[in-house]
Amino acid sequence: MPDPQAHHAQPEGRLEIANDRDAITALGERVIRAAEEAGYSEASRFAVRLALEEAIVNAFKHGHKSLPEDETVHVEFEIEPAEIRIRVTDKGPGFSPEDVPDPTTEENLSKTSGRGLLLMRAYMTDVTHNDSGNQIRMTYSKPETAS
Amino acid sequence: MASEDSRLRVSVEDGVTRVDFIDRNILDEANIKAIGEELNQIIESASQPKLVISFANVDHLSSAALGQLISVNSKVREHAGQLRLADISPQIYEVFAITKLNKLFEIHETASDAAGSFS
Repeated sequence: MPDPQAHHAQPEGRLEIANDRDAITALGERVIRAAEEAGYSEASRFAVRLALEEAIVNAFKHGHKSLPEDETVHVEFEIEPAEIRIRVTDKGPGFSPEDVPDPTTEENLSKTSGRGLLLMRAYMTDVTHNDSGNQIRMTYSKPETAS
Repeated sequence: MASEDSRLRVSVEDGVTRVDFIDRNILDEANIKAIGEELNQIIESASQPKLVISFANVDHLSSAALGQLISVNSKVREHAGQLRLADISPQIYEVFAITKLNKLFEIHETASDAAGSFS
């Protein structure tokens, strides 16, 4: 949990997070604050926040589908001046990212879910999974034109 | 029309219902579900509803929010109505463009443009 007394956001963290909206929102805000202090633009912060949100939601919604509701997800983040790295690891059996259908085809366009991974890949510079598919690793490189 | 814990600001003018979000972040599932239920009530209360959803207050939205908008769009069509989206910032528009949902939804620059577009 973020320390409300801290004046500066820690540029790195490792934590177990529960499927609790306030905790997820607080983590998103903590990462965004640290990114702002590290000189990331609003567009960059928007991208990172969206990807983090989607990764955590996917971990609980899909990864923990068959697990108890109070099971936590492990989140690690490192915010450096040139890049931001985020890892989200769930306790589920994993999945094959290549099996996720393309949500932008005409037949899938009206489906109400399945866009999280697409958005993470679009907004982050690099997105990979571990072999078993229960960990997503995302990197955001600061655009060179950003001040 | 809206209850005290409403997530939406709703106004009706010339037969067009305009909906604004109260929250700046449309991220979490419980919130999104509540928004969906409110929108469903609006749609069901009108025959051939003409609905404009304004994103003027929205800073962040998630893929779950997109899913809810698709459900709302289907519901509007079931009631022979029309849905328009408006006041979408370039950042939020990019989310629609990446997901190609800018092809599924009719998006207008402003809510008044959207209101003027109904047939």
